Amino acid sequence: MSVLILLIIVSVLVAGGFLIAFLWSVKSGQMDDDYTPSVRMLFDDELKSNRSSTHSDSTNKS
Amino acid sequence: MQQHCYHCGTDCDESIKVEEKFFCCDGCKMVFQLLDENGMCQYYDLSEMPGMSAKGVFASEKYNYLDSIAIQDQLIQFKLDDQAHVVFYLPQIHCVSCVWLLENLHKINPGVIHSQTHFEKKEIKIVYNPTKISLKELVQLLAFVGYEPMIHLGGNDWLKKKKVNKQQLFKIGVAGFCFSNIMMLSFPDYLSTSVGDLGNLRHFFVYLNLLLSLPVLFFSASGFFVSAYTGLRQKWLNIDAPIALAILVTFGRSVYEILTHTGGGYLDSMSGIVFFMLVGRWFQDKSYDSFSFDRDYTSFFPLGVTVLQDEKEINKPLSAIEKGETLLIRTDEIVAADAVLLTDGALIDYSFVTGENAPIEVAKGATVFAGGIQKGRAIQVQVVKPVGQSYITELWNSPLLNADKNIDKSFVHPWSQYFTYILFSIAFFSGLYWWVVNSNNILPAVTSVLIVACPCSLLLTVTFTYGNVLRHLGKFKMYCKNSSVLEAIEKIDTIVFDKTGTLTNHEDTHLEYEGAKLTTNQATAIYSVTRESLHPLSQLITSYFNKQGLVHHKVDSIENYIGKGTFAVCDGSTILIGSASLLIANGVDVPNATAGVFIAIDKQYIGVFKINHVYRQGVSEMVNRLKLKGFQIHLLSGDHPTEKNNLVGILGSDTPMLFEQNPNDKLNYIQALQSKGQKVMMVGDGLNDAGALKKCDVGIAVTDQTHLFTPASDAILEGNGIRNLDQLLDYAKKGKTIIIIIFVLSIIYNLVGMYFATRAQLSPMVAAILMPISSISIVSLSALLSYVYSRSLGIKN
Repeated sequence: MSVLILLIIVSVLVAGGFLIAFLWSVKSGQMDDDYTPSVRMLFDDELKSNRSSTHSDSTNKS
Repeated sequence: MQQHCYHCGTDCDESIKVEEKFFCCDGCKMVFQLLDENGMCQYYDLSEMPGMSAKGVFASEKYNYLDSIAIQDQLIQFKLDDQAHVVFYLPQIHCVSCVWLLENLHKINPGVIHSQTHFEKKEIKIVYNPTKISLKELVQLLAFVGYEPMIHLGGNDWLKKKKVNKQQLFKIGVAGFCFSNIMMLSFPDYLSTSVGDLGNLRHFFVYLNLLLSLPVLFFSASGFFVSAYTGLRQKWLNIDAPIALAILVTFGRSVYEILTHTGGGYLDSMSGIVFFMLVGRWFQDKSYDSFSFDRDYTSFFPLGVTVLQDEKEINKPLSAIEKGETLLIRTDEIVAADAVLLTDGALIDYSFVTGENAPIEVAKGATVFAGGIQKGRAIQVQVVKPVGQSYITELWNSPLLNADKNIDKSFVHPWSQYFTYILFSIAFFSGLYWWVVNSNNILPAVTSVLIVACPCSLLLTVTFTYGNVLRHLGKFKMYCKNSSVLEAIEKIDTIVFDKTGTLTNHEDTHLEYEGAKLTTNQATAIYSVTRESLHPLSQLITSYFNKQGLVHHKVDSIENYIGKGTFAVCDGSTILIGSASLLIANGVDVPNATAGVFIAIDKQYIGVFKINHVYRQGVSEMVNRLKLKGFQIHLLSGDHPTEKNNLVGILGSDTPMLFEQNPNDKLNYIQALQSKGQKVMMVGDGLNDAGALKKCDVGIAVTDQTHLFTPASDAILEGNGIRNLDQLLDYAKKGKTIIIIIFVLSIIYNLVGMYFATRAQLSPMVAAILMPISSISIVSLSALLSYVYSRSLGIKN
């Protein structure tokens, strides 16, 4: 039965990992806009290389 | 054949055409060509006719003020040598194509490094290279493609106010995490009949539960404690007080049980209710991001103005303008300060400031007031009072307005007080009972009562129901500031309407001719003369004749009398067009000297053009229904009483109507009604209603385009929604009915819980079952009822 203790600690830690992921996502502003990204991902992007580089570049700053 | 503009969808003919595509104006065609050149026609594929009508107007000088460094500093958030960040509010954003175009601005102008839109806030964040494109050019580009940014005197202050409440999301996340884990760890407790089965594991479970409950108590639930404490310090028992007490009692009893090894406690219920209540609050507070309910005059006036100094045009921030400076006001620009007119040609539209419908011609040397919009050609004015002290802004400094609205405390609070009193007496009597029967059960019984009968169900009902009602009202184009507006609406017994822009439509005027039938020659002569004038009334008459397909003739001589009319000679006859007084002064016999544009040919009275306001559809029926429902209706208009007869037809003869009301009159009128004990709702639109909207109990701002300036108000209603006003008010009131219905349900749950609690038999399992069942049924019933009621209104969108 004592293996349960280990398993529960692991499960709480895994859940805690998701909690931290959620808190981080809120903090980094991923919850600020819940509509535009869903539209943006549908655009066909001809200038893919160009756009993706500028995109990552600005998210780092913000 | 009737076509639709390929760019903006306006009805148009086939005169402007590119590659089988039709356009309503050159502006739209130019935008299309620009996008076409840059290979950006995907814009038209994503949604049909996505563009904004360009109307062929594009004043590039308008943004000259953006060259001023002082103004740039106010707008730019972050700047390096080759990179600058700026955020604009673009109210025109409305579809997928908008997002696509705005995020691909870099294809049109390589100076734009990156742009990112926020659809719901209607914002765009642009990173650009200031060495390649100036801020002015950037704004010009945006305006050209149809997304003119709103840049106002208040600068970017609105950005700061719009921060998302992240703290609340943190609390919900933590509470959800702890709640689900505690629930899982409590499961063995529910199922095991004897404590011994689990041995040491059981201690591990309950101590881990205790550990997990600490963040809930100290972090997630902190808001309830703070609110309860501030309430108690003001000697007032608000709804958070019994909740805070219940949380503390539950936690205390759980800690006691865990430490004395007598049980597992009720930590699962405690963290559960905290989680549900936080979600409820968040749901209720989720407001409309793109609306601003607190606009004052600073968001009406431009950020910069053009100043004339030594014959040169200089751009200055409006706030730096001082008395005595000369301003240049171009067509369609706002007069930014009270000033004296230095040149001729002023034709000021005060409809927004005073409610007068027609623009006024102002003679050189007269005063023009801040807030008017110049409709004629460019004029020069000398500032008499800076913007902060002008006639229209003084209203905001009025002590009457600075007093907060006397918001009545929500009806929920007294209920929660009764609830608390009843709760305490039940706890007391069950304690008394057990003191007589079995004193060991006193503490378990008393604490169980407080745990089970938590008023959280009341709070849940209220937050979720108001959240739902606000969302449904939004679907009917009424956007409320917050849930306390709904409670205020409930008490309203008097509704005061403004006329111009509220009952009438700003953009629509209808011309009606009365008098002798015009011969073709007469009509041609009048048409030829009105064509020569820029006065909006003349232009109305011109377009009236345009529809009849007349050909204009040469006008031999023309003389304008400012504010009165025109005297002209055409085809050998003298034509006098203007006010009744002008005709009378020239010896013409006018039969019925009222308002309108009077016409005399060869000193003979011919007829009159009357400008009729176009009332919004269904206003009359709406007012009648409101009257039947027992509301008192009043009308306050800034306009002249010429429309009175029409208004009597619409509002009924028993409606008090006041005309030529200035902003202060309106404010005082509202105050007078309030001092008689009436609860007043004001429905208005302009700056002249701003004071009244703020003073009354519920202020509703009516607007045809929600992004345009609306004065500070409690709710924003879209123009065509006004015909449903009575139903919307009914629906807002339904919120209370729904709350009462659900509250009855939660009392049943409470009674069941009480049954166990007072017998000192509340097992953690009963509490753990009761809590989620009651919460979930309350939430779903609230959603269901608000949906059913909103459908039963029968409003078609």
